[in-house]
Amino acid sequence: MSTQAYSQSTRDIVVPNTKRSFANLAMWGITFALLALSWEGADMRPLSLIENAENMSQFVSGFFPPDMSQWRMYVNEIWITIQIAIWGTALSIVFAVPFGILSSENLVPWWVFQPVRRLMDAFRAINEMVFAMLFVVAVGLGPFAGVLALWVHTTGILAKLFSEAVESIDPRPVEGIRATGATALQEVIYGVIPQVLPLWISYSLYRFESNVRSATVLGIVGAGGIGMVLWENVRGFYYAETAAVMILIIISVSLLDLLSQRLRKMVT
Amino acid sequence: MSAIQVHGLNKTFNEKKALTNIQLSIEPGEMVALIGASGSGKSTLIRHIGGLIHSDKNDSEIKVLGQVMQKNGKLGSNVRKIRSEVGVVFQQFNLVNRLSVLTNVLMGYLGQIPSWRGTLGLFTHAEKKRAMDALHRVGIDKLALQRSSTLSGGQQQRAAIARTITQGAKVILADEPIASLDPSSSRKVMDTLERVNLEDKVTVLVSLHQVDYAMQYCPRTIAMRDGEIVFDGNSESLTPDFLKQLYGDHSLELYGNNKQEKPAGNYTQKDAAALASV
Repeated sequence: MSTQAYSQSTRDIVVPNTKRSFANLAMWGITFALLALSWEGADMRPLSLIENAENMSQFVSGFFPPDMSQWRMYVNEIWITIQIAIWGTALSIVFAVPFGILSSENLVPWWVFQPVRRLMDAFRAINEMVFAMLFVVAVGLGPFAGVLALWVHTTGILAKLFSEAVESIDPRPVEGIRATGATALQEVIYGVIPQVLPLWISYSLYRFESNVRSATVLGIVGAGGIGMVLWENVRGFYYAETAAVMILIIISVSLLDLLSQRLRKMVT
Repeated sequence: MSAIQVHGLNKTFNEKKALTNIQLSIEPGEMVALIGASGSGKSTLIRHIGGLIHSDKNDSEIKVLGQVMQKNGKLGSNVRKIRSEVGVVFQQFNLVNRLSVLTNVLMGYLGQIPSWRGTLGLFTHAEKKRAMDALHRVGIDKLALQRSSTLSGGQQQRAAIARTITQGAKVILADEPIASLDPSSSRKVMDTLERVNLEDKVTVLVSLHQVDYAMQYCPRTIAMRDGEIVFDGNSESLTPDFLKQLYGDHSLELYGNNKQEKPAGNYTQKDAAALASV
């Protein structure tokens, strides 16, 4: 009886339709159409890589062996670059906390979070290189212009990340705090921040990593750090020196990435 | 002066009636049970009394300890001060997980001390001592420095009651405090509430699932169905037959053993946002 019922039921099983859906095909079509459309605009000339192979190999050979004779100066400039990133990130965290809270829709009314979010969009939309050029004009050449550039751009990014963390909190502990007669600020300090702090720290460290990378090119527009040295070497066709600087940048950025990854694992 | 007085309270969620013309009055020192099936409006009523949610804009008034908590759908002007005199205990405890038990209990002072001191977390030694005393009363002073997330459900709920003690609350509103607890923790939590009621003369309004707990701990019971009060009187007159008459087929759910309830409903992100903006 039971085996009969079993065979009966297996016969009723239907293999579902596994053909690609129309939407799936359309997605691929759109992807390829977009790539084809952008070919000319992006001036895609893959053949020139082969045609100019000889020039290329000569160019690349100019980088070897790297010339480390001035390594003390390079290391010093990289240290300045890291210090620019430290201050740029620290200032942006200080400003991203209030801006992040003011752009969270579960904490403030729309007429507060909408304008604050648009302001943060503007901070993010403009690259730190552009801000660096502006600040070089405003405060003069040097690392301080770089710090200010990182500060504005990173504030925009961190405020968005911070507010996304705030919007995903559990509202119940906040209500528990509110029920004791706490002020709105106290609700945020005791109900919200303890919940988001690990994420906030993790985001801040991640932005510090990115800022060290960004700071290595700020010097190109005169905003201090190793970028200035790099740019001068490239412009003067000193490729062996350029190679040395690039190697030192790779080493220091990788080390900082590793360190910050460790720290981020510890907090979350 | 009544401890809690509700008059003409109505609440509509997305065109669905959640509370209909609620009238009730609770005297100081009473311990009252609020029973009803899931979705009958118990939590919604308690959240209104605690000033955590607005009523509809019709003619209504909720007074706690003689002060207006909300009127005609608007929170009273000194709602923060009244909230500080009302302790709320929630089904999901609503402690801040990453803070220590002691810090959570110290939160009870936020409504009483100058706000700059509360904001900076500068609690005096005497305040910490009283918070420890409160933890001792509920039997978990040994766990004071642990993160509250490391405690069991019953211990967390007792920490939440300790928070209402440091708050110096004269009224405790407990919203399904034992719905997510096992029977022995439930008993400890109800015993704690009963002690606070008897020893400190604190008025307690506790919403419950099981009628047997209501009958054992509370002399008076208010029963709700579909957003209306359908019974308000002596708990002893709640016989099984009477419950069946009141709730029809739902009565089995009310009589013990059915612990499978979703966390308190009626709670949406939108409400939280609306409240936060107050």
